[in-house]
Amino acid sequence: MSDTQQSQAAQGGWETVIGLEIHAQLATQSKIFSGSPTAYGAEPNTQADLVDLGYPGVLPVLNAEAVSMAVRFGLAIGASISRKSVFARKNYFYPDLPKGYQISQYELPIVGKGALEVMQEDGSVKRVGVTRAHLEEDAGKSQHEGHAGVSAIDLNRAGTPLIEIVSEPDMRSAKEAVAYMRKVHTLVRYLSICDGNMQEGSFRCDANVSVRRRGAEKFGTRAELKNLNSFRFVEKAINHEVQRQIDILESGGKVVQETRLYDPDKDETRSMRSKEEANDYRYFPDPDLLPVVLDEAFIDALRSKLPELPDQKAARFVKQYGLPEYDAQLLTASREMAGFYEAVAASVPADAKLAANWVMGDFSAALNKDGLDVTASRMSAAQLGGLLARIVDNTVSGKLAKEVFEVMWADGSEADTVIEARGLKQITDAGAIGKVIDEIIAANPKQLADYRSGKDKLFGFFVGQAMKATGGKANPALLNDLLKTKLAP
Amino acid sequence: MARTLAELAAGLAARKYSAVELTRDALARTERAQPQLNALISITAEWALAAAAVADQRLAGGQAGPLTGIPMIHKDIFCTEGVLTTCGSRMLSNFVSPYDATVVTKLKQAGMVMLGKANMDEFAMGSSNETSFYGPVKNPWDPTRVPGGSSGGSAAAVAARLAPLATATDTGGSIRQPAALCGVTGFKPTYGRVSRYGMIAFASSLDQAGVITVSAEDAALTLQAMAGFDPRDSTSVDVPVPDYRATLNAPLAGMKIGIVKEFFGAGLQPEIEKLVREALAALTRMGVVVKEVSLPSLPLSVPTYYVVAPAECSSNLARFDGVRFGHRCENPKDLRDLYTRSRAEGFGDEVKRRIMTGTYVLSAGYYDAYHLKAQKVRALITDEFRSAFQDVDLLLSPTSPTTAFGLGDQTSDPITMYLNDIYTIGANLAGLPALSMPCGFAGELPVGVQLIGPHFGEARLLNAAHQYQQATDWHLKTPASFAEGFA
Repeated sequence: MSDTQQSQAAQGGWETVIGLEIHAQLATQSKIFSGSPTAYGAEPNTQADLVDLGYPGVLPVLNAEAVSMAVRFGLAIGASISRKSVFARKNYFYPDLPKGYQISQYELPIVGKGALEVMQEDGSVKRVGVTRAHLEEDAGKSQHEGHAGVSAIDLNRAGTPLIEIVSEPDMRSAKEAVAYMRKVHTLVRYLSICDGNMQEGSFRCDANVSVRRRGAEKFGTRAELKNLNSFRFVEKAINHEVQRQIDILESGGKVVQETRLYDPDKDETRSMRSKEEANDYRYFPDPDLLPVVLDEAFIDALRSKLPELPDQKAARFVKQYGLPEYDAQLLTASREMAGFYEAVAASVPADAKLAANWVMGDFSAALNKDGLDVTASRMSAAQLGGLLARIVDNTVSGKLAKEVFEVMWADGSEADTVIEARGLKQITDAGAIGKVIDEIIAANPKQLADYRSGKDKLFGFFVGQAMKATGGKANPALLNDLLKTKLAP
Repeated sequence: MARTLAELAAGLAARKYSAVELTRDALARTERAQPQLNALISITAEWALAAAAVADQRLAGGQAGPLTGIPMIHKDIFCTEGVLTTCGSRMLSNFVSPYDATVVTKLKQAGMVMLGKANMDEFAMGSSNETSFYGPVKNPWDPTRVPGGSSGGSAAAVAARLAPLATATDTGGSIRQPAALCGVTGFKPTYGRVSRYGMIAFASSLDQAGVITVSAEDAALTLQAMAGFDPRDSTSVDVPVPDYRATLNAPLAGMKIGIVKEFFGAGLQPEIEKLVREALAALTRMGVVVKEVSLPSLPLSVPTYYVVAPAECSSNLARFDGVRFGHRCENPKDLRDLYTRSRAEGFGDEVKRRIMTGTYVLSAGYYDAYHLKAQKVRALITDEFRSAFQDVDLLLSPTSPTTAFGLGDQTSDPITMYLNDIYTIGANLAGLPALSMPCGFAGELPVGVQLIGPHFGEARLLNAAHQYQQATDWHLKTPASFAEGFA
């Protein structure tokens, strides 16, 4: 459903209600209950030991680092940290779940209520509540295709630590949901607790979606959408689901509580199982694991070591660099990008906004074009800063700087080298520019006459001619001043 | 004639015989007894002789400990690397473990020689050893009767003097009840004292590894090697292991022993009550002071246990799904068929009964009424034990309400079968150490007396039992048709 359709839905008097369950894989070296490595991409079943395979007699031992990471997340969203949390077994049968139960947390999760401030596209800030976040182990992976009629199981992922972050049903559109998800994504990477890699499934979410009549207090019946592993899919799947539910309701039907799977190839959701078919997970406290008891000293130590968080950094950017809130939010979306910006800004301390424009503009566009992360940039912050310094000191015009940038991006050279080699240095000699203007005036008597008789628009014509004649190198301010003087009757 | 493990160790140290000789003898006795008793599921003769040869080298090199070269048997619930580990079930009838349980590793390191794996009730669920896929074990005192369970093979093997030690596990009485029915000493340590790693789980919060031996002294010797914190078992407890043998001979004068009123009620065979009271009298002659105590919630221990244990087992046994190991049905037509048929074929009736009971009590809508309530009663029982131990050092009771019953007598009535554990379950629910030792005979059949101690009160328990065994010789009696000693 397009945004236009979305707004039509809203006009039709429907309100969308969305809650997200985000699964973030924790960036521990080893699994949550075994010593197996967690690295992605190994040969199937080479990173699963007897504990991960659920062999008879083996027992889980909790990875302390996973606990620290979950607590860091809780502290970062201002949530209550449980002094005592309990692991519980979620019982169901599936071949990629070796023990026949998933070790999770149920009644007593490690992180309680918290909240996130999420900036929307229109610049407004929305507060989204986090109900809880709990630790659990990931399951393995099933492959049903490509194995000649049988299914294959890869248990490398089994036992990888996850934190499941459950939001309140606070979001009212797919765009809000995506903005919230991006915020969580930013946060877990700032905290270095998750690599955020969505292609590898390190960060994924399920969405609970319902619609209700605008003004209604009661929530509508919800569907849970599974398998949302990109921001784009989240938005598309939610919009698709909202339209599906509205269509049902408007034709007099009833939405059924069920789990639906999003198919990105067909851009549709289809039913996996209804409420009646849902598993009774028979949760109970895992008797193989002791309750996790945390003391104040442990929590305080983690709190004192938290990095500067996105909101704090954005606030500092506004204050320190005088940036608009929007720029600050964008530049702090990742810690690496923010660091890059600060390094660029250091080269042009008086023109931090210019640095912001370039980092958000040409630089980000170049990264996007080449599909690169800022950490893999072809250009260092010092190089970009060097170019901006030449704009600031009038060596090169802003327009020609773009050309310089292209060359630098392509071959890794320094700004000064490119400006020199290509002769792009600005002409700031009034005599030289004046001479050019004189020649143009002499060659265009009709235009001069028209201008002098009141056709002000022709001023642009003369600017263009002068720029053309100087290969765009004339200092624009100087050119303007000289032209005005010389064209004056 | 070496009658105990301690005496055997002394003989080895004095070079009266070699470990290989002892092992050959033990293997011969074991092979001979197997058709009569069915006490073992696997006999690992080759492994045993190789281990014995290594033990002899250690003995010759002066690197031997008190257990080096002593033949023993592991209950088939302990994973043994490279050796069939069945847990008494068809489900694991093809399972060769790729690793050793911590208990197995520790006794290996101590130089013990494993003769084989003891028969047991399937997945340790039973009180008569009749639920084993490998057939029932017979009681050496009367082969028409059961040895008790679930560690029936372990108890029968020690009673028949195949080996001086068999490991065992106790979830609701599975060490103590068969020890009582077979006339041997059975010791269950405090929950967490011995690692559960590699011990196939039945009910994780109740399961505890222990030993079946001839004497309390032998139990002390082996517990010394088995006990201790294991980083691979989060529920094992990191408290120092005392020298159990050092306090065996402490005088009992002034020790306070409590008699639990609730343990001498209806259903107890009168001859058993008489023998248990005689044992108490023998202890009082050593200066023990007797006090009557009450544990009013204790009668609820059986129903509580039969909620908690099946609940945990229903989850613990989910991993036996035919996918990665164990029994898999032939030609499954789809995933559901693979699960249902593999499990239907692989598990016996008693295991299925408990899985179903456990699944039910954990189900939505029933959890609070059953599982949650059972946890509350469990906490209550634990508290009552704790306050009892404010007043007394140990508690004394019968181990089992009856002597060994006939094979097949109780198999049609699970509830009667469950009541066999009425005196033993309390210690599991509260995680307390407890032992059973022989205290006489009702007719031809041995009777056991149970001692229960406070958490980590192993030394005191073994001390009292050892002193009793110094003054009596019930523990040294052997069935007529079996050897009187080990060498």
